[in-house]
Amino acid sequence: MRAYLRKAWLIAWKDLVSEWRSREVFSIMAVFALLTILIFNFALELSSVNRVEVAPGLLWVTFIFAGLLGVNRSFTREQEQGNLAGLMMVPVDRSAIYLGKLMGNLAFIVSVEAVTLPLFAALFNISVPVWPLLVPLLLGTLGFAIIGTVFAAISVNTRLRDVLLPVLVLPIFVPVVIAAVKASSTVFARRSLLEEARHWIGLLVTFDVLFFTLAVLLFDVILEE
Amino acid sequence: MTLPPLIEVEDLHKNYGLRRALRGIHMRVAQGEWVTLFGPNGAGKTTLIHIIATLVRPSRGTVRLQGHPLTGDWTEARRHIGLVSHRSFLYPDLTAAENLRLYAHLYDVSSPEARIRALAERVGLAKRLHDPVRTFSRGMVQRLTIARALIHDPQILLLDEPYTGLDAGAVAWLTRLLGQMAREGHTILMATHNVEQGLALCDRAIILHRGRLVFESSRQALSPDEWQAVYRAYVEEPA
Repeated sequence: MRAYLRKAWLIAWKDLVSEWRSREVFSIMAVFALLTILIFNFALELSSVNRVEVAPGLLWVTFIFAGLLGVNRSFTREQEQGNLAGLMMVPVDRSAIYLGKLMGNLAFIVSVEAVTLPLFAALFNISVPVWPLLVPLLLGTLGFAIIGTVFAAISVNTRLRDVLLPVLVLPIFVPVVIAAVKASSTVFARRSLLEEARHWIGLLVTFDVLFFTLAVLLFDVILEE
Repeated sequence: MTLPPLIEVEDLHKNYGLRRALRGIHMRVAQGEWVTLFGPNGAGKTTLIHIIATLVRPSRGTVRLQGHPLTGDWTEARRHIGLVSHRSFLYPDLTAAENLRLYAHLYDVSSPEARIRALAERVGLAKRLHDPVRTFSRGMVQRLTIARALIHDPQILLLDEPYTGLDAGAVAWLTRLLGQMAREGHTILMATHNVEQGLALCDRAIILHRGRLVFESSRQALSPDEWQAVYRAYVEEPA
């Protein structure tokens, strides 16, 4: 198990180091997220009353579309360089490749969220309760990365990979979006997450555990097909 | 007692949808033998190499390594196989040393740093170990690719068109290196459509055409001109 996790970490490490040196994926994701927030800010005339109700939805739409760019690129780059076969030949269960890619994608998306959130709060003039928001934010982001990484691996060998990924991911991701937005709304409204959004948090945890298990079990077949 | 062949392929078929890439291949490669696979584009050379490399599962048939069938979990078999493909499997933003270190750790190589230094010396890249791969020429990338494929000291070396894109000097260097590896006892299976390069060092050659093994002979049995004539005859005639 230790060797398995070490190899998964090595795969994530090379993605993070490559990204640190090229700044290819992060810069695209961050610029896209910031532009989306700017557009929302100018396009929507939000009052102080409805701002808190609308903000969580806008925030998650921004994160999801920026995240789609990142997860798509993680496998596209591997495929363009022809390196996926090199990883597939490594003597380890191929789910380690999935776990490594998932860790890398999660790191990229969380980094973009960390950059975007303060700007979002400033532009929409909202005081964001950061610590409680971390719960739905991390669980929702993890669910997105779990699904996005699987479907990026599926779509990478198709001619329409750039447009196919959102079409594949978003329908499955709908329950997570709803749960994450509802739980985030509770936080933005400064109500208790545990008392009023427990079932949404439960849905997020269930989704993450279920789809992570399925992804680990099926990734070998997905890669070969 | 006779040892089983290192690689044994029996009635191997591979279909991609309606396209039949391999149609009933039978082949044996002995320990320490160098076998070259000839064939034009689409003959099935890469598919056969990818199946033996455990990258693709066959539609039907069996592959055995040292008598053990490649079924179910192929993880352990991968420790004995090194692949030099059309692609380098290298990461351009990492340095040569980082790329080799990555694969050394992924293959659980003991003393990875010593192995990296030894291989870098062998492929003539010791002075460029700490440079990013994206700054390398095609010839240097191919040298590093060979080092990457040898990092775990595999018994079996699979070479898929290893001379592609190399200039004359690099071709001569690679031929010398592969000759050394064959003398050290590595079992080599090389796919190429270049008869001259393929015959340079092999013990035996096989011609694949449209997914079928159509001709097989030891290298010495025919002169280079006869090999060229046989190759043209099979490849230019419908199989």
